[in-house]
Amino acid sequence: MKMLRMLGRGIRDAFKSVFRNFSLSLASISCITITLIIVAISIILSYNVTNFTKEIEKDLTIVVFVNNKATESDVEHIKEELNKIENIDKKEIKYESKKNVKEAMQKESEIFESVMGEWAEEDNPLKDTFQIKVKEVEKIGKTAKQIERIENVEVVRYGEGMVDKLISAFDTIQKVTYGAVIALILVTIFLIINTIKLTIYSRKREISIMRLVGASNFTIKIPFIIEGMVLGLLGSIIPTLIVIFGYPYLYERLDGYVFTPLINLIKPMPFIYSITTMVIIIGIIVGMIGSSSAVRKYLKV
Amino acid sequence: MDIIRLKNIKKQYKNGTTALYDLNLNIEKGSFVFIIGGSGSGKSTLMKLLYREEKPTSGQIMVGGLNVAKLRNSKVYKLRRKLGIVFQDYRLLPKLTVYENVAFAMEVIGATKAETRVKVLKSLEIVGLKNKIHNYPSQLSGGEQQRVAIARAIVNNPKMLLCDEPTGNLDPEMSLEVMRIIEKINKDWKTTVLVVTHDKEIVNKLQKQVITLKEGRLINNKVKGTYDDENA
Repeated sequence: MKMLRMLGRGIRDAFKSVFRNFSLSLASISCITITLIIVAISIILSYNVTNFTKEIEKDLTIVVFVNNKATESDVEHIKEELNKIENIDKKEIKYESKKNVKEAMQKESEIFESVMGEWAEEDNPLKDTFQIKVKEVEKIGKTAKQIERIENVEVVRYGEGMVDKLISAFDTIQKVTYGAVIALILVTIFLIINTIKLTIYSRKREISIMRLVGASNFTIKIPFIIEGMVLGLLGSIIPTLIVIFGYPYLYERLDGYVFTPLINLIKPMPFIYSITTMVIIIGIIVGMIGSSSAVRKYLKV
Repeated sequence: MDIIRLKNIKKQYKNGTTALYDLNLNIEKGSFVFIIGGSGSGKSTLMKLLYREEKPTSGQIMVGGLNVAKLRNSKVYKLRRKLGIVFQDYRLLPKLTVYENVAFAMEVIGATKAETRVKVLKSLEIVGLKNKIHNYPSQLSGGEQQRVAIARAIVNNPKMLLCDEPTGNLDPEMSLEVMRIIEKINKDWKTTVLVVTHDKEIVNKLQKQVITLKEGRLINNKVKGTYDDENA
């Protein structure tokens, strides 16, 4: 109860002081706003990249082509060897004989039908294939090499190239945004420290009297810390609105994907709510860090 | 019972000046004590040590059962809640009314509104300012402002009232009025009162215990003392 009264006092004082030093408060608030907008963008980006990477990984398949001269027992041997490799998902090994492939292709078009129809069983230049899924995508290159070493395996293919490049491009973007966010957060904290410092100076007399009449350190500090949190909260209003209205709009304009239908965006609901919650919490925490360090630095209690 | 016990107190400031040399002093509960002495005698330093504005360089200070010399910064409020402090310059908040200034002392220690109201009105009645609760400090005379400061100092029923030159800015008539209020508090509530002053007239008139300091040393402690020019 007593705690609650003190807190009420702290919140009242904090709001008063935000409006008393409005120009400096505004500077802090706009800095928090800019920071949080970029934070929100980078969070949305990073979530989407993670989401998209996971989806791609689900579809990633290794295709193993078997040597033409391999006999049926050789194929059996390959299958056994494949089962020994740790990273391969045992349930997802699919075998397709060259005969099946040929028949499938023949059905697909008449030109294939006319050409392939003349091939005898021994002349068939197609290869038996295994389609394999891996458990851990990061180790896909290593697994492919292991498979290559198996006898009678000719070629191993997995969509290297394109997917890797896309993922590394997103990774770079993410790193750059993180750098920018950290720099902006530091600037914001610095500005908040200065705002709170000004409040502390303008209330020096009051603070010294509070000390004299027996206010505890906690009571003296709390209004300033709340002030920082209020600045953070006010700064998160515009970023929140941008996320709530901006992301669904973007999603609709892009029909839910970027460049190709392969890269799907995360659906706005309930995604935007978790993002805005994060943005507000980050705003308040940044405000609190700034004001706490100002209190520690300038409030000699 | 002694409410204040000073043992071998030495205070040297960082700039090298020594304000107090080896001071030993006991003050009994409920007593009314004047501390006198010329400038540089160490009387203000003594006061600051008692409410833990300064820490002694060496020695022991016990105030109301608290070891003040060893009190951590974060625990100072425990001492301050046992004390009422009055200064020469009143130290009121100009933007608050008389009532709010006194209530401020209750508010910051977390008292309820109802409790605050009762106690604030009571202490303003004691200093005779109940009719001016809605005025601002700038609308009051010096004597009235000092009475507000006294009301604020006593609103928490402190065990002890420390007054640092309470009449320093007041004319003789007002000074006596303020001192009579302090005397009344001492008598009615058994609050221990320490008054640092160089107001000769007041000291002579009230006939209380007088402690005389000179150049950082205690030179006189009389139960019914007067301001003696030769000693000070």
